Amino acid sequence: MTRVSVQSGNVIFCGVGGQGILLASEITSFALMKAGFDVKKSEVHGMAQRGGSVVAHLRYGEKVYSPLIEPGAVDIEVAFEMLESVRYLPYLNKQSRVIVNTQKILPSPVATGVERYPTDVMEELRRRGIAVFPVNAFEKAADLGEIRAVNMILVGALSVFLPIEETAFFDVISERVAEKFRNVNSQAFLKGREEIRMLQEVSR
Amino acid sequence: MKSRDAVREQVLLSGNEAIARGAYEAGVKVASAYPGTPSTEILEHIATYEGLYAEWAPNEKVAVEVALGASFAGVRAVASMKHVGLNIAADPLFTSAYTGVRGGLVIITADDPEMHSSQNEQDNRNYAFAAKIPMLEPSDPAEARAFMKIAFDLSEEFDTPVLFRTTTRVSHVKGLVSVGDVGPSRVKAGIEKMPEKFVMLPANARKRRRELERRMERLRAFAETFPENRIEWGDKGRGFITSGVSYLYVKEAFPEASVLKLGMVYPFPETLIKNFAEEVDEVFVVEELDPFIELHVKALGVACRGKELIPPFGELNPYIVRSSITGKKRDDLFEPVEIPQRPPNLCPGCPHRGIFHAIAKLGAFVSGDIGCYTLAALKPLAGMDSCVCMGASIGNAFGIEKALGKEALGKVIAVIGDSTFIHSGITGLIDVVYNRGFTTVVILDNRTTAMTGHQPNPTTGMTVTGDYSTVIDLEALCRAIGISHVYTVNPNDLEATYKILKKEIERPEPSVVITKYPCVLLPEMRKRKDKPLYMILPENCTGCRACLRIGCPAIEWVPVTEEEAEKLGFKEKQKGYARINAVLCDGCAQCVTLCKFEAIVLDESERAER
Repeated sequence: MTRVSVQSGNVIFCGVGGQGILLASEITSFALMKAGFDVKKSEVHGMAQRGGSVVAHLRYGEKVYSPLIEPGAVDIEVAFEMLESVRYLPYLNKQSRVIVNTQKILPSPVATGVERYPTDVMEELRRRGIAVFPVNAFEKAADLGEIRAVNMILVGALSVFLPIEETAFFDVISERVAEKFRNVNSQAFLKGREEIRMLQEVSR
Repeated sequence: MKSRDAVREQVLLSGNEAIARGAYEAGVKVASAYPGTPSTEILEHIATYEGLYAEWAPNEKVAVEVALGASFAGVRAVASMKHVGLNIAADPLFTSAYTGVRGGLVIITADDPEMHSSQNEQDNRNYAFAAKIPMLEPSDPAEARAFMKIAFDLSEEFDTPVLFRTTTRVSHVKGLVSVGDVGPSRVKAGIEKMPEKFVMLPANARKRRRELERRMERLRAFAETFPENRIEWGDKGRGFITSGVSYLYVKEAFPEASVLKLGMVYPFPETLIKNFAEEVDEVFVVEELDPFIELHVKALGVACRGKELIPPFGELNPYIVRSSITGKKRDDLFEPVEIPQRPPNLCPGCPHRGIFHAIAKLGAFVSGDIGCYTLAALKPLAGMDSCVCMGASIGNAFGIEKALGKEALGKVIAVIGDSTFIHSGITGLIDVVYNRGFTTVVILDNRTTAMTGHQPNPTTGMTVTGDYSTVIDLEALCRAIGISHVYTVNPNDLEATYKILKKEIERPEPSVVITKYPCVLLPEMRKRKDKPLYMILPENCTGCRACLRIGCPAIEWVPVTEEEAEKLGFKEKQKGYARINAVLCDGCAQCVTLCKFEAIVLDESERAER
């Protein structure tokens, strides 16, 4: 149980109902728990799903009290859909890192032609000084032949910023994922890590 | 009461999973519930344990009655429900305080501050006071498990049902929980006749009423030394009295402060509260929703501040608690940006979508009910004019009809789901028949309780444990209570559905139209291999937007510039065209009949092979 640098953190997962957000936050929670952290994760079920905005709060540390992250206190945001990456802006701060799946899913006011999908969504984050890490997880998942692996790619991307070893995630995958999906999920996880490493190289 | 809580290992559980675990470890033998967010997973997880009986009841009143009956027979029993469900169950609840129990009885209420998935945010701590029943309230999953075991012990020791309150941020939070093994039960199962205790005739009830006061006296004394009512001493400038998830927000916002945490929110430890208040300079009560603790603290003559600072509605969080108490708001937070909202929507292929389009054409007042179909109230369908509580659609429609008399004929229609109809719609329909109404009722039968996550119900012929059961025949049921005009239609056939509705709404007699088609998210529907795929021929699309009016997530409007329009050969003024997203289309074909230009056709290309 090795703990590295950061001793506590706040991660927000957001996106659209049906994208596997709850599973991604679950796998991350298990990995953090394995690494010896106290973990609390908050989510909402029921009516909030059904294609609506979905958000999960994950907090880890020596001892975690509140299950909710307070405004301005998110360390890392994992946005499963581009537009959703700015919906929780009041929760972010200038030091926040935001991983954005560049996939677009049209919300109903856009799909019905009442409103338009905003252009340069990620610019809204960048011009506030927030570090943005765009990942085309949908395309990468399609390359792996499993579009449902989007969430594991994003978990892989997130893992780069967490103070735990990648083996903790592989342990969780082997314990929690059905055997026939283990390989593709492990690949997706590594793909996500690689994407972030590449972005970090570029920015150096 | 001594803790006999042997702990085996730590696991990550949601509050609801932990409640189920606690019930199991407490040796529960009978569990009954009606699904409702945020309570649903409690019964679903109890049902996964061996050695006990678990069921979905038709409604919460029945659930409490079943649990109480099990308690009469000397076994530990639990009923669980969402906050508004306790309103339905209030009748047996209040009198169960008089009868008391044999086997431990715990009634769980899952409240929903912020109304994430509810029609109101009532604070069910008030039920504990009103019904004179002790109430425990955990702060997180670990406490949820431990408090369940305490609740059963309390119930048997004090001969009382125990209320157990959770909220969304306890039920749907995952945290580390220490789990243990099943403990021994104290009571022996079997029939034992105790009419003076269980027959609540006035003569018996008056005696039990006095006993109830004596019991509350004993519970108040117990509250003073109950280890889960505890003081965490810190800085004595500010002293906080709090419970439930609010305790966690206080610890986060004021880690140095002194805190009196109430694990039992009713009855109150009066001396403990007074002693705590004497030691600190200023007392603050932090609680979500009503000033429940605050009013009782004030009634003791203890000066405190609560709702004059803390909002009386919605959820709290550490920031709200800190800024409300200190009066200091942060000015460095990012402002939200204006982006399109993303409301929940009926799924692609949902059989409820077309029916609301058909109903809209009638121009009637649509008296709605509770389920996925309530989402049809949102734009663009905007197909519902009222929605109050489970089963209200029929009574509301009938009331409108009686208020307006003959004038109402053809102008009102009630819509209700299959599970909701069984829950409490049937009694409304009996009123319509008995009192000679002409209400038209549409039962949206999608073969499941969809909104809460596809629980089986009495019309599906399946139990919570996956066993087959008798299927309640809705048509036969309606006929049996005296409805002569009962029809079943496939709601995906918009024209046939509209025709029958048009005819029935104008009939001066009551009628029931059952729109029967399975929810497309049911496993057997997801696995369909023969799902057709539709596409829109851009050359036929005139941009009239008729297909967009049903709000199907699979149909997208593609705006075009003037240049693009010219290139595409569009007529003047055509600002775009509609497109079907092949990933989302479920092949229901409801949109096909809406298009007057035959632009929506079967896609037989390679992409259709899925």
